[in-house]
Amino acid sequence: MKVLMFGWEFPPHITGGLGTACFGMTKGLAKNGVDVLFVVPKAHGDEDETNVRLLNASEVTVNIDNEKDRTYWDRVQYMEIGSNIIPYVGPERFEQIVEEQRASNHFQSPVFMPRYEFSGKYGANLMEEVSRYALIGSSLALEHKDEFDVIHAHDWLTYSAGIAAKETTGKPLVVHMHATEFDRSGENINTLVYSIERRGMEAADIVITVSDLTRKIVVEKYGINPDKVITVHNAVEPNDKKRSEYETCGLKNKVVTFLGRITYQKGPEYFVEAAHKILQYDPTIHFVMAGTGDLLPKMIRRVAQLKMGANFHFTGFLKGNDVDQMFAMSDVFVMPSISEPFGIVPLEAMRLDVPCVISKQSGVSEVLENVLKVDFWDINGLADSIYGLCHYPKLSEHFKKAGKEEVDNLKWEFASKKIKDVYEKAINLKK
Amino acid sequence: MSKSICFYFQVHQPYNLRTYRFFDVGKRHFYNDEYRNRTEMRRRADRCYLPMNEILMEQIKRYGDKVKYAFYFSGQAIEQMQQYAPDALESFKALVKTGNVEVLAGTCGHSLASLHDLDVFKKQVAEHKKLMKETFGVTPKTFVNTELVYSNEIGADVAEMGFNLILTEGAKHVLGWKSPNYMYANSINPKLRVLLRNYNLSDDLTLRFANENITTETFVEKLKETNDDEVVNICINYDTFGDKLDASTGIMDFMKYLPEAIFNNSDIEYAKPSEMTDKLQTVGMIDAPVPLSMMGEERDLSIWMGNDLQDDALQTLYSCANKVKRSKDEDVIRDWNALQDAHHFSGLCTKYSNVSPYDYYINYMNILTDFKERVSKKD
Repeated sequence: MKVLMFGWEFPPHITGGLGTACFGMTKGLAKNGVDVLFVVPKAHGDEDETNVRLLNASEVTVNIDNEKDRTYWDRVQYMEIGSNIIPYVGPERFEQIVEEQRASNHFQSPVFMPRYEFSGKYGANLMEEVSRYALIGSSLALEHKDEFDVIHAHDWLTYSAGIAAKETTGKPLVVHMHATEFDRSGENINTLVYSIERRGMEAADIVITVSDLTRKIVVEKYGINPDKVITVHNAVEPNDKKRSEYETCGLKNKVVTFLGRITYQKGPEYFVEAAHKILQYDPTIHFVMAGTGDLLPKMIRRVAQLKMGANFHFTGFLKGNDVDQMFAMSDVFVMPSISEPFGIVPLEAMRLDVPCVISKQSGVSEVLENVLKVDFWDINGLADSIYGLCHYPKLSEHFKKAGKEEVDNLKWEFASKKIKDVYEKAINLKK
Repeated sequence: MSKSICFYFQVHQPYNLRTYRFFDVGKRHFYNDEYRNRTEMRRRADRCYLPMNEILMEQIKRYGDKVKYAFYFSGQAIEQMQQYAPDALESFKALVKTGNVEVLAGTCGHSLASLHDLDVFKKQVAEHKKLMKETFGVTPKTFVNTELVYSNEIGADVAEMGFNLILTEGAKHVLGWKSPNYMYANSINPKLRVLLRNYNLSDDLTLRFANENITTETFVEKLKETNDDEVVNICINYDTFGDKLDASTGIMDFMKYLPEAIFNNSDIEYAKPSEMTDKLQTVGMIDAPVPLSMMGEERDLSIWMGNDLQDDALQTLYSCANKVKRSKDEDVIRDWNALQDAHHFSGLCTKYSNVSPYDYYINYMNILTDFKERVSKKD
């Protein structure tokens, strides 16, 4: 079986869990005999292409004089127009402006330039890049029409490309919800993103969600038919290096780690407050907050205000080997996320023998048994669990051993088997 | 009696810290960005110390006993000159040897210990005294605290250490209607005489020099305007000449021709601060219950203290004091001095739009964690 996959990032150029998940998944699919054509906005040339063929969208040229390319406009136009929010204009005037743009301007938009260099990041031109990506997606799908049986799009950034590809080739579409707009923004969602997500899921033959938590959101908040929404939990690649092969920590005391984006969604403040509680009872424990994000300055100020800078450290953004190095230096890993569609990080910690405390509000808590689970807001519970893992060796020994065993069985090979089943189902539905 | 003018130059070069990550804690104990330190020291030596010292030397040769200056050297500056610019250090030594240059006492690590820990403060001063003796063969008599930090208590502490003269900022909120151009006394221990920096005239040579038309003539006019006043104290960072202010602004030529302008147009005399104790009578007490400094518009401590980052860092730093006291390890003592540098705490200041006080905090605290581990091990 062959699949055309649309993604936004691919290791080593990643900013979060999405790229890592895509990479593991493609490896697992390869083991299940599925060939993957993977489209990225920008390929850097140093990606690991053992299990996929990467297609670089930045290399594709578009000719707007070509009638065939022109027709794709219809598939991306709604986004361009959707982002034209003009204040203080009546509906008639707005329609007029949009019509004018439709008639004349829009082919001059950078989206329609013959060549377009994607940043592949999440910057100010994101909507423009998303539109261009859809345009290219549809053109690439046509070009490689005979090389795939099913289309698989990851997260909303690629949904328009997925829809366009489906419409041009008639192949079944699977969209993968790694996170919803509600996870990213709480209740104050970006309605444009919401509508792209919803449109993608409506157009899809099957929707994959990364947890039942996400499945529930998709059904309840997006009104998607539950019959076509299937949960496939993420997995983690087994690590090549053992904990003992990494550098040990220079501090002799226990190290408790938070690792992730330092944003509202990840609940960093609960970690800081729990650390403060614990230090009243055991001033020897050290805490590390690894990662970066908009709440970082606030966290630093709070740590300084609580006068615990001597025991609370920040590392900034870590990637690649440094992430595993951090785990190898940790005695406890904490993920107090307020909302987490899945949350792959505890799995990465567990494979390096780190006992974990995770919030009940994370998708990953649906699959993990050998971790301590608390409500994210329960600072006392969080502090209790961390303190216990630092002080009762039997407890941490158990979680180290059983957790490692558990996570070693959460392989992408198995998760990808389920994804392959989804592909088959989608193909059958289409027939 | 003729009016005197005293020049105080501060020679300080902080150790710049390298990017020190959590992964380094407990393993790698070197904290400095050697490359940057070498480059900066070399640049200052070439742009400022060497050419400026040459100017002062020529003046001394030409006018003999009539031109005089005073210098404060931080421990970091001396160490880094020894390492990266021995030629500059030699030229300073030559200046001191003429007898026209007074070496001032201060803290060894350019530290704020006077505000936090009296024992550490005393130790810093003793070490600085020793270093000056070793380097220049002189024993300093006049005290100048880091960035002129002063309060009644600090003054009393300094008096207890055997000094009879201190220089501090002529801050408006302390002076009120009084003029900075007289000799004052400490309000707790009147044996300690207090000279005050004339920030107006000092700023003419630093902040305002590049943008306003300041010449030796206008400057001498301003000096003469200070009527019956007895002494004008000009205190500036030595790297102002040629480094912070480029030589093209004319600042070095200004200093070069200033003696000539003064001697030709007035009866003002150059003097060393220590000469003032015999020459001048105190005119009153100076009362500074709240510490002041020469920094910022407010002349207070807010550049180093007051925000959460700074307070946490300072508290963590000085919590090591007892352990360091027992240490005989030279590396530990040198790092301890360098980590106390006031420069680090201005790096944590959020009052001005600093590069990133948060990044500075992360880095500095990682280093402190490592340092704490080291001194704890020594127990």
